[in-house]
Amino acid sequence: MNALMAAARRDVLLALRRRADVLTAIFFFVMVVSLFPLGIGPEPALLKKIAPGVLWVAALLATLLGLPRLFHADYLDGTLEQMALSPSPLALLIAGKMLAHWLLCGLPLVILAPVLGLQFGLDAASLGMLSFSLLLGTPLLSLIGAMGAALTLGVRGGGVLLAVLVLPLYIPTLIFGAGAVAAESAGLGAEGHLSLLAALLALAVFFAPWATTAALRIALE
Amino acid sequence: MLTAAHLACSRGERRLFADVSFSLAAGEWLHVQGENGAGKTSLLRLLVGLSPADAGEIRWRGALVGGMKTTPETVGFRRELLYLGHHAAVKDELDALENLRFSAAIDGLAFDQLKALAALRRLGLRGRESLPVRVLSAGQKRRVLLARLLTRTAAVWVLDEAFNALDGGAVQLLGALLNEHLAAGGVAVLTSHQPLPLPGGRVLAL
Amino acid sequence: MNLINWFRYASPQSFYPLAGRMIPLFWILALLFGAAGLWVSFFVAPTDAQQGEGYRIIFVHVPASWMSMVIYLAMAFWAGLGLALNTRLSSMMAQALAPTGALMAALSLITGAFWGKPMWGTWWVWDARLTSELILFFLYVGFIALQSAIDDPRRADKAGAILALIGVVNVPIIYFSVKWWNTLHQGSSINLTRAPSMAQTMLLGMLLMALAFWMYSIAVSLLRLRAIMLERERHSEWVKHALE
Repeated sequence: MNALMAAARRDVLLALRRRADVLTAIFFFVMVVSLFPLGIGPEPALLKKIAPGVLWVAALLATLLGLPRLFHADYLDGTLEQMALSPSPLALLIAGKMLAHWLLCGLPLVILAPVLGLQFGLDAASLGMLSFSLLLGTPLLSLIGAMGAALTLGVRGGGVLLAVLVLPLYIPTLIFGAGAVAAESAGLGAEGHLSLLAALLALAVFFAPWATTAALRIALE
Repeated sequence: MLTAAHLACSRGERRLFADVSFSLAAGEWLHVQGENGAGKTSLLRLLVGLSPADAGEIRWRGALVGGMKTTPETVGFRRELLYLGHHAAVKDELDALENLRFSAAIDGLAFDQLKALAALRRLGLRGRESLPVRVLSAGQKRRVLLARLLTRTAAVWVLDEAFNALDGGAVQLLGALLNEHLAAGGVAVLTSHQPLPLPGGRVLAL
Repeated sequence: MNLINWFRYASPQSFYPLAGRMIPLFWILALLFGAAGLWVSFFVAPTDAQQGEGYRIIFVHVPASWMSMVIYLAMAFWAGLGLALNTRLSSMMAQALAPTGALMAALSLITGAFWGKPMWGTWWVWDARLTSELILFFLYVGFIALQSAIDDPRRADKAGAILALIGVVNVPIIYFSVKWWNTLHQGSSINLTRAPSMAQTMLLGMLLMALAFWMYSIAVSLLRLRAIMLERERHSEWVKHALE
């Protein structure tokens, strides 16, 4: 657990020393969301209907933006080798990096999304559900994304390839996440969506660090 | 302490080396020599367990440690191993002290700030402990990395081109550090293009 | 005894000639089953009461969908075996299967669209099965793209294997989530394979076509496997010998 926290702390500190990367992803999220009303038109009923999907897809894309960098710097400067040779389990260190990725990339989206939801005319209950579904869903995006980032590490065309690998795997998260908000604003219960999202998260917490570690060891070979 | 028997390694189609064997007792060190592309770095990465060997075995204190599987033996080996590769493994955004602190954290060791400060001083970085590594020169960055030789107690040093980018003073200092390490009963495996005036050396030409 | 034979054929060297002997056999079977299947599906199977003649495309569509799923499973199985046991041949097998699987998924999507136009007046419906098939196609594309982006075949095999295994875990989740999404958003979902009204001869036609697709897939994968073996082991003695 110490190793996990140390790896997370280190990544957060590094990100705070070069804030531009984190802020870029957040502004990207804001901009993508704002583009939709401009492209579709400002009709309130329509905007309210598409809001969950738009916000969730934007969150997906914003997460994707930072993923190629997740392991890349550590791979280039040899830190990843040091991690692989650490007596602490590599999976724990990697889980720490995933945690940091979520704190830097997922958590801001959770906080920011309700503000953007206001632009789309979502009511208070839907805004709350939006935040909550993102709170459950964004860790999932970080976990799944890390697997893709590890697989494409140091591969040519890595960034685009990463998107091709990861986006299909994001689909269930998108469906349940956006579905929860849509169900809430339609007055139906969102418990089903949320419990499925939580089940996926539990599965990914168990599976993703392991798969990511295996992929990283292959990349280091 | 550290023995290797009949190691073989190939990269893609090309066989780099085969049937490499050596044995190091406490206080001995191995100088791996060879032209560029002869497989020096590959041998070192194979020894520390970053890549798998095509054939052969590696033993540390009698226990099998080769390969990339995480077993109690390899974890024990990693605890006593310090590998410094080509890359600096030093973060530009952090200062020297923070770099050492996180290295220790990754290795799962308690961090001794006084020891780290003393190490940085010995490596000639007095007064630069709190500067971001970004502003240091290439040689100074290398020295930050070498400070780990002092802060981390390890019985096996595996150093890849450790003498690169170092000035005359630093080369002498690293030689002195190696001397102390070997005198204390450690072993070391080095690659270097220059001759090293250290006792107890064995040479492996690839 | 069986075990010994099995391992003998696990090396490319001894599997290469065996595959060469098997390929014509599978081609012949594919042609026979294909001819019989097409005959049944065009001349024997009755015209559907609701869908008219246009429904006959399911004799291609359904077997192609089945194949695309079976091949993904087979691919993941061989890739996983290659990762676990470090056997070269299994990884090559996975690599050989991927393009055929992608082809089947694409065929299923195209025939699905052809079917949709006369039936529902639109080329594409966001039906659960078609959508899952589309995602399966994306997964194939990802696997092929990852493998071809990595130069070192050993690393390509291992990375591909991990991706295929991640995919296998995700395929049921994706299918279930798409189905869930579909029932929520389209109350009256159109089911592509409405089985109860299917005549006995229709089922026979579909079965024959499915067998033809199996045989074709095996033949073409073995052909590709032989090409991969030659390419990867081009410096070894047996390849020089085999090409003489």
